[in-house]
Amino acid sequence: METISGIPASYGIAIGPAFVFGHAELEIETVSIDDPEAEWQRFEKAREESRLQLEDAYSVTLEDCGEEAAGIFNAQMMMLDDPELIGTVKERVQNELINVEAALYETAEKFACQLEAIEDEYLSARALDIRDVSSRCLRNLLGLYDSPAASLGKPSIIVAQDLTPSDTVLLEKDYVLGFCTAKGGSTSHTAILARGLGIPAVVGAGDQVGQIDQDDTLVVDGDAGEVIINPTAKSLKEFQKRQAHFLEVQAEAESISHEPAVTTDGHQVEVVANIGSEDGIEPALEAGAEGVGLLRSEFLYLERDTLPTEEEQYHSYKNIADAFGDKPVILRSLDVGGDKDIPYIDMPEEANPFLGIRAIRLCLDRPDIFKPQLRAALRAGYGNNLKLMFPMVGSVDDVLRTREVLEECRVELKDEGYDVADMMEIGIMIEIPSAAIIADQLAEVVDFFSIGTNDLSQYTMAADRTNARVATQASGFQPAVFRLIKNVIEAAHEKGKWVGLCGEMAGELLAIPILLGLGLDEFSMNPPAIPFAKRLIRSISLEEARQVANTALNLKSDHEIREYVQQAIPEVNIG
Amino acid sequence: MPEIKLIVNHKVGLHARPASMFVQTAAKFNADIQVTHGENTANAKSILGVLTLGAHQGAEILIKADGDDADEALHALEELVLNNFGES
Repeated sequence: METISGIPASYGIAIGPAFVFGHAELEIETVSIDDPEAEWQRFEKAREESRLQLEDAYSVTLEDCGEEAAGIFNAQMMMLDDPELIGTVKERVQNELINVEAALYETAEKFACQLEAIEDEYLSARALDIRDVSSRCLRNLLGLYDSPAASLGKPSIIVAQDLTPSDTVLLEKDYVLGFCTAKGGSTSHTAILARGLGIPAVVGAGDQVGQIDQDDTLVVDGDAGEVIINPTAKSLKEFQKRQAHFLEVQAEAESISHEPAVTTDGHQVEVVANIGSEDGIEPALEAGAEGVGLLRSEFLYLERDTLPTEEEQYHSYKNIADAFGDKPVILRSLDVGGDKDIPYIDMPEEANPFLGIRAIRLCLDRPDIFKPQLRAALRAGYGNNLKLMFPMVGSVDDVLRTREVLEECRVELKDEGYDVADMMEIGIMIEIPSAAIIADQLAEVVDFFSIGTNDLSQYTMAADRTNARVATQASGFQPAVFRLIKNVIEAAHEKGKWVGLCGEMAGELLAIPILLGLGLDEFSMNPPAIPFAKRLIRSISLEEARQVANTALNLKSDHEIREYVQQAIPEVNIG
Repeated sequence: MPEIKLIVNHKVGLHARPASMFVQTAAKFNADIQVTHGENTANAKSILGVLTLGAHQGAEILIKADGDDADEALHALEELVLNNFGES
């Protein structure tokens, strides 16, 4: 038995035989040519084939492993079109009269070495990318087909120096139990892929990975970042026990993920998803989401040079709202400024952007941006259950001004003959302490609240959540934050309004019993957390949760609260 | 030939998404655009070139453009860098 350590890259424990993954090296010979133009045509053709393959790889990966993993192939497409790479290859073919394979191989290798020379995790990963693109293009030039290095044949743990994005597209994903790589960091392609697939991974484990032989029994401990080679019977047993517990919880969670979230004493809450674009619809529905508690509208505004038109927004919002049928979808109006800005929206430089013109403040300042979005939402909400909410509201006046613009849009649309959603519910995010304090007044002018704990915590604690030195103080588990949440829920319920929570806290198992006990009506979280949240809610009673909340609110620190919940509700421990 | 000096404030420097946005912006113009960091100069339209500059957070870069739309190109790149590539 030997233990090697690396970087924990994806949660869980995998046990199984090693499959050592190697690359068949391409042999590139330098050959003299006499027709550089013909050589160039071959290159153009190979690049075109490569581009189509990368587009396929993008869609396959998007489906299997999500947006982040697929994004690698977009970066590779940019490399394939890089003017320096193409220019150098062309020059060498013309001046030296050599075959394009040799020119491409050497040029790509030169770039890869330059990237590697700057010791940086991110750039090393890009060196891998340029080699991957070049080898794809070379295979196309040589008429070699892309095929897996070998077939796994049985469930295995993939062991490799590093995996290229192209390797991972070809893996038989049903047989992959886990990953162990010598190179790479927590943002490497392997790490992103493993998280997307939800299987354990340890990366960057160094040269010791070379000791692993084909079919060695391995344990990949994705929590601790350790790989155990040929474990003793005793150690294997312990890991099997931990793995079994996690799998049991996971299976149980998945089996009830489409059931309602009802406590053992019959109190039902809503469990919904946070999504960022149309790509989020399917994962949310599959995970058992009962709707969308937060649709971030920023996706329509990013990665472009002009504002999205009303028409574009209308189609996007409508597609998403329609996909959920009569389940609610809550659209949050544009939330930029602070740490998020958009190059083509001219925003003045501010000393404290988190306290400046962001979110609803920006929108109220800029009707040219705000009105097309409101009009699109009012039109898109006709015939489904789309709701609208506004971020960063700090006063009743903010709501009244917003409602005025909304009414203006509604009247205009009706005059123009559009169908509009007349009964659309209008809510606000509670993320500024002032809003939490005057929740009773705000409850009179809106239909619902959604608490944004990330911002509410940082503003309450005066601790920048992007500053690592104070970020832990910005935790939502601070007694002050829980007390504000309590105030918000009580004030809303008194006026007959409902309250959701769409910050990271909604999906945190330790927070759920407290929030449930405080009377939260809706929990909105990232889809993978939904089955676990539902399982927990279904395993405790409202009465129990109320007692936990009462005790927790009188504890004096983040740490004490976490420790207390862990002991009081054993169901929160899943690993 | 017009030129500007800028500081890259983005936390990942001129890498990842900021590098892609930089190159995509540069590629929209006809002008030849060069970007220099320390002793290294790269074609601003080349993702590989821009990455190998190793411009981290706080790096000072010099951008030069040559061509009929050189001023517009510099303006667009300046805006992108000053707006921190649309994030923090």
